[in-house]
Order: sequence, then C-alpha cells, then structure tokens
Amino acid sequence: MYKIVTKRQLNEAVTLMEVEAPYIAAKAKAGQFIIFRIDQYGERIPLTIADHDAEKGTVTIIFQAVGSSTKALAQLNEGDYILDFVGPLGRATEIEGYKNVCVIGGGVGCAIAYPSAKALHEAGAHVDMIAGFRNKDIVILEDEMRAVCDNLYVTTDDGSYGEKGFVTNKLQALIDAGNQYDLVIAIGPIPMMKFLCEVTRPYGIKTIVSLNPIMIDGTGMCGGCRVTVGGKIRFACVDGPDFDGHEVDFDELTRRNSYYKTQERERASHECRILKMGEEAEASESKEV
Amino acid sequence: MANLSLTKVPMPEQKPEERITNFDEVALGYTVEQAKEEATRCLNCKNHPCVSGCPVNVRIPEFIAKVAAGEFEEAYKIIASTNCLPAVCGRVCTQESQCESKCVRGAKGESVGIGRLERFVADYHMANAAEAPVVPEKNGHRVAVVGSGPSGLTCAGDLARLGYSVTVFEAFHKAGGVLVYGIPEFRLPKAIVQKEVDNLEALGVEMRTNFVIGKTLTVDELFAEGYEAIFIGSGAGLPSFMGIEGESLIGVYSANEYLTRVNLMKAYSKEYDTPIRQSKAVAVVGGGNVAMDSARTAKRLGAEKVYIVYRRSEEEMPARAEEVHHAKEEGIEFMCLNNPTRILGTEGGEVRAIEVLSMELGEPDASGRRKPIAISGSEHEIEVDTVIMAIGTSPNPLIRSTTEGLDATSRGCLIADETMATTRPGVYAGGDAVTGAATVILAMGAGKKAAVSIDKYIKEKNEG
Repeated sequence: MYKIVTKRQLNEAVTLMEVEAPYIAAKAKAGQFIIFRIDQYGERIPLTIADHDAEKGTVTIIFQAVGSSTKALAQLNEGDYILDFVGPLGRATEIEGYKNVCVIGGGVGCAIAYPSAKALHEAGAHVDMIAGFRNKDIVILEDEMRAVCDNLYVTTDDGSYGEKGFVTNKLQALIDAGNQYDLVIAIGPIPMMKFLCEVTRPYGIKTIVSLNPIMIDGTGMCGGCRVTVGGKIRFACVDGPDFDGHEVDFDELTRRNSYYKTQERERASHECRILKMGEEAEASESKEV
Repeated sequence: MANLSLTKVPMPEQKPEERITNFDEVALGYTVEQAKEEATRCLNCKNHPCVSGCPVNVRIPEFIAKVAAGEFEEAYKIIASTNCLPAVCGRVCTQESQCESKCVRGAKGESVGIGRLERFVADYHMANAAEAPVVPEKNGHRVAVVGSGPSGLTCAGDLARLGYSVTVFEAFHKAGGVLVYGIPEFRLPKAIVQKEVDNLEALGVEMRTNFVIGKTLTVDELFAEGYEAIFIGSGAGLPSFMGIEGESLIGVYSANEYLTRVNLMKAYSKEYDTPIRQSKAVAVVGGGNVAMDSARTAKRLGAEKVYIVYRRSEEEMPARAEEVHHAKEEGIEFMCLNNPTRILGTEGGEVRAIEVLSMELGEPDASGRRKPIAISGSEHEIEVDTVIMAIGTSPNPLIRSTTEGLDATSRGCLIADETMATTRPGVYAGGDAVTGAATVILAMGAGKKAAVSIDKYIKEKNEG
C-alpha cells in the first residue's frame, strides 16, 4: 500500500498527488514512469513520474481523470492509500550533451515535459519551454515550468491566456526567429506530437517524443505496448517511453490506443460510479500522461 | 497384489460442452477410492526409474505406497520433502515426458498416473491439514530471489527450509509468475497457487511484490542491502512476433498479453475493469501449450470459431497430448501445415482475416522434426477478428542490462553452469531466464539445484 501524502487539484480534471514510495523516489529519473492499480479490480495504469523527492521518499504523479482507474484515483485524498505502485519503469530521458533545447508540453503533457525541462536545466542546457492549452482555465504548472527554463511561452487555442495559437505555430516562430535547437522534446496528445515532428523534420532537429501506449506489466513481458519505430516493433516499456519522433508511426499508435474505446464507453454508461469529470477527454485510459 | 489394469483410473472431468462456458478447473481430481485404486497399479520396482525422471526428485514409489495404504498425510510429507509446489506440479507438470515416461507399467499399457496421484495428495493435504508448517530455525543468512515463478518459489522454499531468510522480489502485484499470469484458471486455479505461496510465507519466506529488480533495485544494490546470494528466476521475456504485415492491427495480441489480461487481470469476470476483445473468430498462431491455453481461453470468452494455426503437422506439435486432446474436445479447430503470411485489416485498422500459406513436410531439420516447406501459390484467407501470437519469447533485458559481469548468450539467455551459477559470483539463475521458454518442472528443477549451490556457496564463503 502506498500512501498519498499530498493532493492538489491543478485544474478541474487534472490532479497532482505526491505518493510515498521511497525505493522509486530514490531511483526515479526524468522520463520514467510508474504503474499503479487502484484496487483489486482495477487495471494497471502507467503514469509518467512528474517529480520525485529522494529525501522525502515521495513520487509525484499528475494525471487527468479520463478512465475508471484515474477517476477513482482522483477521488482519493491525502492519507488514503493506493494498492499497487511500481517503478521506476522505462528508460530515462537522455539529457547529456544537449546545449539548446526546446521542451514542449501540451495540456496534461506539461506534467511530463516539466521533469525533462528540469533535468536539462539542471544539466546546464539552455531551455525554452512551450506549454500549450485549450484555454486559460486548464493552464497548469506555470510557475513550476517557469522556474526550470530560460523562456516559457504559454499558448492557448482560443487566446484566453498567453499567446493565441498552437504549440506548433510557436515552435515554428522560434525557429524562424533564429533559435538553433539541438533537441526538441515534445510531450502531449498524439496529434500534437505528430505535427511538432513535422515542424522539426525539415530542419533535421532531433525530436524526442514520450509515448504512452496500452500496457500491462511494464517490464517487457506482455508486448501490449508495442509501437512501430523506424519500421520495427519496439516495446515502449523497456525500449522507451521516449522515441525519436521522426521515426514513430503515430497513426498506428492512435489506432492501438483506441483498442478498447467501445468497451470503455459501454462501461462508462453502465456504471456511473465516479464523478462526471473529463467527459470530453475521449482518450482511452492508457493514453493518460 | 498389484492392480494389473493397463489403463489409468480415468480422471473425472467437466464435460466439454459445460466447461467451455466457464473458467472452472477442467480436471476434477481423484476421489479417495480412485486414488487408492490407481496407487495399487504401482509395482514399487526396485530401482524406481520414475524418480530419475523427476527434476525435483520426488520419492515417487514411497508416496504412492502411502496413498495405497490410505496414509495421505504421510504421502504428502514425502512429496513435500523435495517438492515445495506439489499441488501445482500435480496439475501442470509434463509428467508424461518426465517420471511417467520412465514408468515400467508404460511398457505395456499406460504408466501409473503419478501426476494425478501427486495432485490428489496435495489437494487432500490442503483440504485437511490443520497444523501450520514448522518454521525452521534461521541461520542468519539472507538470500534474494528475483521472480516468484516456479523456479523462484522452489529455490526460496528449499532455502527457507535450510534456515535462510529469503526475500522474493516480484514485479507484478501478485506472486506466482507464469503460474498466475500465464497458465489459465481452468488448468491451474489461482487459489491453489495462492495456497502454495501462503505455505512458503508460513515457512518464513518474504514476498515483496511491485518490485522490479533491474529497475527498483539492481542486483548490485541487493548485495549492498546485505543479501549474500541472489537467484534470478525472472522468466522469459519479450513476446516474439512473426514480423509479418498487420501485426499491429487492433485484434492482434501476444499470447502473453491475452493470457495476462484473462488470468492475472481476470478479464473474464465482470467485477474487474480489465478489457478484452469480444471475439467471434480467433486464430492462435503456434503449437505449444501456450497456444492451447490461448485457444481454450478464447473459446471460454465466447468466440464461436477458434483455430490453431501451426506451420508443421500435429505430430510435431510441442503441446502436451492432453492439452491438444482437451482443446479438440472443446471444439478448437486445428489448421496444421499452415503458415501465416500476413494479417489483413479493415479500413478502421481491425483484424478481418489472416492469410496463410499451406505447407508440406520435408526432411528433418536441426530440431529433428520434419521441416515445413511452403507450397507456392497456396495462400488463402481465414476470416478471423482476432489473432493471438503464441510463438515464443526472447529473454527479458532488464537484469542483464543493469548488472555488470552477468554474461548472456547471443540470444540473451543468462549463462549458468550445471550448478546454476552465473558468471557473476554469488549470482545464480534458472528457469526460462536461462533456458528460454520451457516447462514449469524444468524451472523448478533449476530452482532446486540453485538452492543447493547457494547453500554451499554461503557456507564456504563464511567458513573461508
């Protein structure tokens, strides 16, 4: 059992939790993930580690309540326990040797972009961050992100906060303005990552994306998390979750993540056992970041 | 006077038409009378060849004599003195190629039903034993066991009996390894596995679930934490795919994923959140026990048509004859001598058919089995909405990639000598992590050998 020591609502659908998991906290690196299981009947859900504190022995997760497990998790409070919590899984984001990096987060993806930016910033790289949201109401982690980069650019689709537009427009503008990035890290919804890769491709800027496919064990046993990268089958849990975005077959990933969409919807309509949150989030459970 | 019947006392079973509608155990086990009757078929021959066929050295004629005499607890003590998972072995050990293959009675007629008797004794004990096992006095030495599958549990149990403080590290949330995620409920009820695990815990073995060695802690860190020796029984790893077109379509599973969803995550039960595809027609690619398990699982989940697609003929199938027989009884259709060439999808990216090429058998190949040769132009489609790949696994890289000095073969299997020692002092390994995908009993045999070696290693180290 793993105790929730802090809970904070970042916006209506996104929750931050600090969980007591000293072994994971001692080991975690940016880019790695944990798998949790809410109770005996729950699925095993991967969530990227947003932050960790080795001294306190805690791991921070930030998640959007979209499936039954994350909705149930969002219902728990400080002092409650999560049944299973295992990690740190996957490879850490490679941060060595980069000097000028643009880290881009979309929506709740900012929760994962943040630790990468932090790690790069601490390693001495110049870090620009672009954080994109649909509107002002769902902006998260602004202060935290600002603290770990040189320039933070917030964009909203409707212009209600920061600059109006998409993160792709902003990245293009920064490149056009003469920024010479040697690495772009893009984390967010699949279409966003896909289009960001198209922005960087003509310039040959290395672009790393963090994928979150359907997964069970997270240790390289089930093969559910396979993605096609550079024409080859790779397993996100042991080979990733970071991959070269220019090589990833995003359309296939989108399809595979919708594997159980029908069943999820049916289930949701059958049992309204949890609060009505994140209804617009169509994403399947495993796409949570 | 020995019972001269040429055949085993038949095992009571659920009827096929009944059992395909549930996940309850197929084989129901002997009654007291049936067990005693079967036990009298044992000739108690002098040189007991059966024992030489048992990787965990169960003193077979001795325990069978106790069964014949109706002294079932005594029989249990004999089995349990060398086998810490008798209820598991009695169900899933490939006895027909181990002990029973050496049985003198097999020369004319069927061998003694050793596995069935072992199961009877173990079940009798579970149902009737009152006293908790005696916890051996601790010798003050700590051993870490990585993985709670058959090799790890066996190694842990044997070391605990010798007085070691053993901690088993399991990546999943539940102990049992392939016994809980791989082998289906209808062959090995999970309550049975849990009881065997409980028995080990009662012996003082500590189970630490949600702990991934190679990630949460490395092998070196385990030594630093004070473990004097480590056994690695981390099992087989990444599922293999064929590398054909369409393997990423919706509806294509590895057998590992399919079985894990159903067995460990209980997708067949409405109480659980685990989703699984609601299939009408399923092709399972492969001819081993995992393929049979997958096919029979798909049938129970409601698929109308379930095919085994296998590139060789039935004769070459690695699956146990009993499993093939059960699968056929349950209406699984065997499409042997067919090799998949691609999986075809709908516009929405879901499986709609599997294209296969007919094969014929040629000369024996390196495995000694006749090599399947494609008949050109024989491609044809089988309409299915689900494909399950049950064609093996390649070893998991997590431990070898994080442990200095631990050598592996070019295929990625850990290298262990006949004492199960790896190339790293104090580190032993066994089971699928060393052999690649094999059987429960071979893994248990390796765990047992490793326990002997670890005991010797620690004693010598502390004397020296």
